[in-house]
Amino acid sequence: MPRASLAILVIDENRIRASIIEAGLREAGHDNVALVHDVTGIARRIAEINPDVIVIDLENPNRDMLENMFQLSRAVKRPIAMFVDRSDQASIEAAVEAGVSAYVVDGLKQERVKPILDMAISRFNAFARLARELEEARSELADRKLVERAKGILMKSRGMTEEAAYALLRKTAMNQNRKIAEIAQSLVTAAGLLEPGDDA
Amino acid sequence: MSEAPYEIAAGFMPLLDSALVVAAHEKGFAEAEGVALKLVRETSWANIRDRLAVGHFQVAHVLAPMPIACNLGLTPLAARSVVPMALGLGGNAVTVANALWQAMAGHGAVPDLGPRAAGEALRAVVRERGRQGLPPLRFAVVHPHSGHNYDLRYWLAACGIDPDRAVEIVILPPPLMADALGSGVVDGYCVGEPWNTAAVMLGTGRIATVKAKIWRSSPEKVLAADARWAEAAPEALAALLRALYRSAEWCADPANRQELAAILSASAYVGRPAEWLMPALTGRLAIGPDAAMAVEDFFVPQARGATFPWKSHALWFYSQMARWGQVLHTPANAAVARETYRPDLYRAALKPLGVALPGANAKVEGALTRPTPVGSAGASLILGPDGFFDGSLFDPDDLDAYIAAQGAAEAV
Repeated sequence: MPRASLAILVIDENRIRASIIEAGLREAGHDNVALVHDVTGIARRIAEINPDVIVIDLENPNRDMLENMFQLSRAVKRPIAMFVDRSDQASIEAAVEAGVSAYVVDGLKQERVKPILDMAISRFNAFARLARELEEARSELADRKLVERAKGILMKSRGMTEEAAYALLRKTAMNQNRKIAEIAQSLVTAAGLLEPGDDA
Repeated sequence: MSEAPYEIAAGFMPLLDSALVVAAHEKGFAEAEGVALKLVRETSWANIRDRLAVGHFQVAHVLAPMPIACNLGLTPLAARSVVPMALGLGGNAVTVANALWQAMAGHGAVPDLGPRAAGEALRAVVRERGRQGLPPLRFAVVHPHSGHNYDLRYWLAACGIDPDRAVEIVILPPPLMADALGSGVVDGYCVGEPWNTAAVMLGTGRIATVKAKIWRSSPEKVLAADARWAEAAPEALAALLRALYRSAEWCADPANRQELAAILSASAYVGRPAEWLMPALTGRLAIGPDAAMAVEDFFVPQARGATFPWKSHALWFYSQMARWGQVLHTPANAAVARETYRPDLYRAALKPLGVALPGANAKVEGALTRPTPVGSAGASLILGPDGFFDGSLFDPDDLDAYIAAQGAAEAV
């Protein structure tokens, strides 16, 4: 027997992450999904959307305001409870770990909501992994640029070849048990201090 | 054991009164007690509550009524908490938008932070707006179960303003308050520092009155501990309490204020200029563009039993929850509130330090008109003054009568 589709509201200031969650929910057959990025005027939006489930990221500083609104019956049409209240410990931990929380209207069966929360958790985790990989790629690029600059300084000041400059950096790093990028950073900083005219 | 045998994760919010927790880590008091203290800055009280519940945090810097609300089951994901220590007294203020202050000044408000004159002027403005058919003034507080909410409501009600009907009270995160005031989203708010000073510095508002004048030496933030952890690791908790006590002493020393403000101003903590933090530490507040005032006991980190978890404080918060319809007053609920605060854990932990420990678990709040020596174990202890601005007393042994009298006053 077909059931009426649940109205789901995703509150996330991060538009990319919100879109990723929305896409996941639509793939899973939920076509009644609304996104809100800015909580200004949220009470009116909630009244319009009349959501069955609200998904919110834990970084949002407005959680206290939203929870208070959910508890006041005149702000929302139906009382809204925190999903984790009637959930198992593992789900609670997974959600907090992933940085997401969900609120559901009273009376909604847990088995209808759990797949939504599970989806949000997995998409939050996937987003965090992507963000981390991007950050790693960024810092790797920055490291490589630093090493290039350090080599350039050595080549200029000591008249070394590029290979010799790199070998010196690597040897110093090994001796001091530090990363090449750290040695390069120290060298670039020192060069900047010693040669204020240099294009630092 | 050579190094830190106790690993403790503590959540905190970027507020001035996270000072005791932050300095315990930064100044090495935790380490000296064998505690590896990991501090985690949070963005909402809800996050702190959730992460205490799932065991990410063993302890946290929380609003003093929050653990009581949790134990009463008034919040989602309410894990059992205990309060073994308070994190200072005072520290809040009520700030109003410039336009509202102008209107209040027209009705006799003067920039002296006095709650009575400011409240009566506010009542006149509220009535005037009512006659003109203007929407009610909107005030913000940080959380329904907060000292801010109860301070503000107590002040309004005592000045003849019904907090539920004559004004609107909304919830906003502290760092957004000064901007909300500037953009006209709210007309005023009650919040901790530095978010009142922020409005004055940004020119969006003025400080109308302060917690220290509404109820002097009143509780604000406490240390909440996950009850399961506190029972399983009593030695770790005791070591942490000793570290926090030493930290409170350090924070209270005027010679350390500059350094404390510099520590707290870092982005990992409050993340605002040190000049925004100094007023609360010195008690010399800028209350408007042209006015500054010295406030006695604005924020008390350590003196006069400021870290002792008085059961009378817990019961006063409970009386306000009952007053404003958050909880039904029953003997069982009152017992839950009373048992949430744990002076026994405080005494057991601090006894080895030989410092002044109150002999009683509760006191009549508002009874001390001057600093008063009280019975204590160890060194001598001075409490008070601790008056409510309307001259009322809260006797925790007369809880029923206090709650009934408040209900009768509201019904008038």
